[in-house]
Amino acid sequence: MAEKRRKKASPRLLMGNEAVVEAALAVGCTFFAGYPITPSTEIAELLARRLPQAGGTFIQMEDEIASLGAVIGASIAGAKAMTATSGPGFSLMQENIGYAIVAEVPCVIVNVMRGGPSSGLPTMPEQGDVMQARWGTHGDHLMIVLAASTVRDSFDVTVRAFNLAEKFRTPVIVLSDETVAHTREKVVLPEKDEVVVVERPRPQVPPEWYIPYEDTPSGVPAMARWGQGYRNHVTGLIHDIRGFPTQRPDEIAHFKSRLTRKIIQHIGEITWVEEYFLDSAEVAVVAYGSVFRSALSAVREARKAGVKAGLLKLVTLFPFPDEEIKRLAKKSSLIVVPELNQGQIAREVERAARGLCSVERLGRIDGRLIGPKEIIELLTEVSHA
Amino acid sequence: MPEYTKLIHRYLRHDKKFPHIWCPGCGNGILLGAMIRAIDRLGYDKDEVAVISGIGCSSRLPVYVDFNTMHTTHGRALTFATGVKLANPSLNVIVIMGDGDAIAIGGNHFIHAARRNLNITAVIMNNSIYGMTGGQYSPTTPYGAYASTAPYRNIEHAFSISELAVCSGAVFVGRGTVYHVRLLDRLIEQACAKRGFSVVEVLTHCHVQYGRRNELGGPVEMMKMHKENAVKVEDAAKMSPKELEGKFTIGVLADREKPIYNQEYQAIRDRAAREAEGKE
Repeated sequence: MAEKRRKKASPRLLMGNEAVVEAALAVGCTFFAGYPITPSTEIAELLARRLPQAGGTFIQMEDEIASLGAVIGASIAGAKAMTATSGPGFSLMQENIGYAIVAEVPCVIVNVMRGGPSSGLPTMPEQGDVMQARWGTHGDHLMIVLAASTVRDSFDVTVRAFNLAEKFRTPVIVLSDETVAHTREKVVLPEKDEVVVVERPRPQVPPEWYIPYEDTPSGVPAMARWGQGYRNHVTGLIHDIRGFPTQRPDEIAHFKSRLTRKIIQHIGEITWVEEYFLDSAEVAVVAYGSVFRSALSAVREARKAGVKAGLLKLVTLFPFPDEEIKRLAKKSSLIVVPELNQGQIAREVERAARGLCSVERLGRIDGRLIGPKEIIELLTEVSHA
Repeated sequence: MPEYTKLIHRYLRHDKKFPHIWCPGCGNGILLGAMIRAIDRLGYDKDEVAVISGIGCSSRLPVYVDFNTMHTTHGRALTFATGVKLANPSLNVIVIMGDGDAIAIGGNHFIHAARRNLNITAVIMNNSIYGMTGGQYSPTTPYGAYASTAPYRNIEHAFSISELAVCSGAVFVGRGTVYHVRLLDRLIEQACAKRGFSVVEVLTHCHVQYGRRNELGGPVEMMKMHKENAVKVEDAAKMSPKELEGKFTIGVLADREKPIYNQEYQAIRDRAAREAEGKE
């Protein structure tokens, strides 16, 4: 037993996509539906092998629309379910993401970002889908979006994504990128019994008392499992508390405000940021995804050169950590936002900083990573100015 | 109250969501009755039945019946049903779609569901038009017919849903009409009982959006057309192509055996578990 434990806890050489798979299995995912697309395909390939070993189900669907449809169906039937894709496939999933929001179906969508738009740069990293993850599906809605920065992160973020999805009955998007997905590094993963596993709220009342979309203190209604006597109706139409379509203004407003409240009320629990050297910092970097690593290295180097720099790593991209950014802006003279796009998160930082400090964008859009040097240059240049 | 009405009421959510949205004279209610009678004869428990639909007039059907029900996105009902069936194989899954829903926007899902052969029953209400959105031409609108988006006549050629299902590998394919109710009851019962992906195409009338524009009369006249133009599959075999002109066949168009997906996947699970054990 002790030997087995030591064996399990030993370091492994994994890539980000593999860590996503390990996390999904550790947190109890039993269903995956997907469609091949670079650079996410390893997730599907590995789950095709691993899920049936664990009694779960893998299916390759005819496209990404179908993939998310099957994931939602499986979740309604009681499974913990996920899919993984990249840009073009993520575009196809947008319609059903909205369905999962309105029908309140827990599911995890991993988008391994590649260069875009369109077929773009399939084998190169970009962080171009950040705002699509936030706003891709139509209609006014909130969205939980998490970003993974390292291989170990890919594990932890995927576990967290499942737990948030189950707890709040909502789709959760994990943004990885080509670099994070395909970087192999040494990691020690937690043992299975160390992984926190959250299950969706289940009805505590008999079927005849069950009101499928009843408001609760948390804003999250209990979710019945099909085949156990509850026989509820699930729809993408705006519905009343019994789950049936409604056009009554009071019921529409009640439903939509509950969807918002169930996220906003728990924003502290959903928000995940990490601070590095911020206690004594005058200039700050805000980074996420594969850029985080360059940012951390840059901050360390800058500090050696006498620049009081710090780093805020964003794991939760949405709901955007407004409060954390505002606090940072209050005590910093400058925030630098390096990202592999033309300022998608920088615009959010600018908004949240409310003019309390200056915000410098550092965007790279040539299919290459931002290196520490570019960030250091900006930090030293501005702090010497 | 006739006995069959009492029976239907046992399965309706009459205390929850009525009146329904269908126009007076619509054929969708006839299919609703046929489906309930079939389920009742098969003896399914309400908890064991999942009725899943896409978007459109026909796809509102699940709202009215007291089963596990889901109204999904346009054309995608079969994909949701695939997930439901895989995650809970003990559910009897019936998917209700319209012609545009199933074979225009959902055409890709339809052929692949048929090929994959999950134990699911797909019922397609074919009224040759997009009714809910106001009479636009669909993949089954006849060549030359009029529609709100074909004001000068339709120049596209119609799909045969049943033949598409046969070619795509569905193990059971039946075609009925809302006029031939007893045949329809039987076809749905057979399709549900069949192990594998089964399809029932139900020809129905949309007198409001299709009949009106094409001067085909009301529901009675349109149902008469179904009566007069339908030929039983068995009789059609003995008729010449000339005799069959303008006619369509009703009955069982395919009934064959193929391994079903859930069973095949269980074998995959067993093998995967064995091989994983062997490695350790």
